[in-house]
Amino acid sequence: MILPFLVVGIIIASTILVCSYRAIRGPGTFNRIVAANVIGTKAIVLLILAGYIIERPQFIDIALMYAAIAFIGTIIIAKYVERGELCSR
Amino acid sequence: MLAIDVVSTVFLALGAFFMITGTIGLLKFPDFYTRLHATGKCDTLGQILVIIGCMIYEGFTLITIKLLMVSAFYLLVGPAGTHALMKAAYVTGLPVWKKGDKRM
Repeated sequence: MILPFLVVGIIIASTILVCSYRAIRGPGTFNRIVAANVIGTKAIVLLILAGYIIERPQFIDIALMYAAIAFIGTIIIAKYVERGELCSR
Repeated sequence: MLAIDVVSTVFLALGAFFMITGTIGLLKFPDFYTRLHATGKCDTLGQILVIIGCMIYEGFTLITIKLLMVSAFYLLVGPAGTHALMKAAYVTGLPVWKKGDKRM
């Protein structure tokens, strides 16, 4: 029973490809940031599905790490664009 | 064994449906804020439905606990990231789309 994981993985990979249009063309900074955020979320799901497809469940640990890193990146970019600096005394 | 396969496939298909919906919203909506509204659904709901499908397929093992950790973590931090982005855009003064305006 590997076929549903494969089909859903291919669907999510093609939606990542479609989202990159907004990341490249999108007017302004914020549209690009939201496209990158969505691509990060879909990459987490794609990592979990890839772990099932090639039957290596260790990929879930990588997905957990990637979730933490993507969240920290989003928060830092949002705060940087809002304030114009990262560390204020 | 067959019932578990069918139920997990249904959950995976629902997750893929919400992913496609969020992508269409990201491409077609006219404004940054409305795009953020669409992708928030794609972030939490689609991801959690796919992970629930994987958990039902897996049974009760250590991997299920790890999947639950990924899902709970993202359910906690996904809306926080969306809110931070929205507040940053609103404080910076990004214009809000009103009915009849041009797409931006």
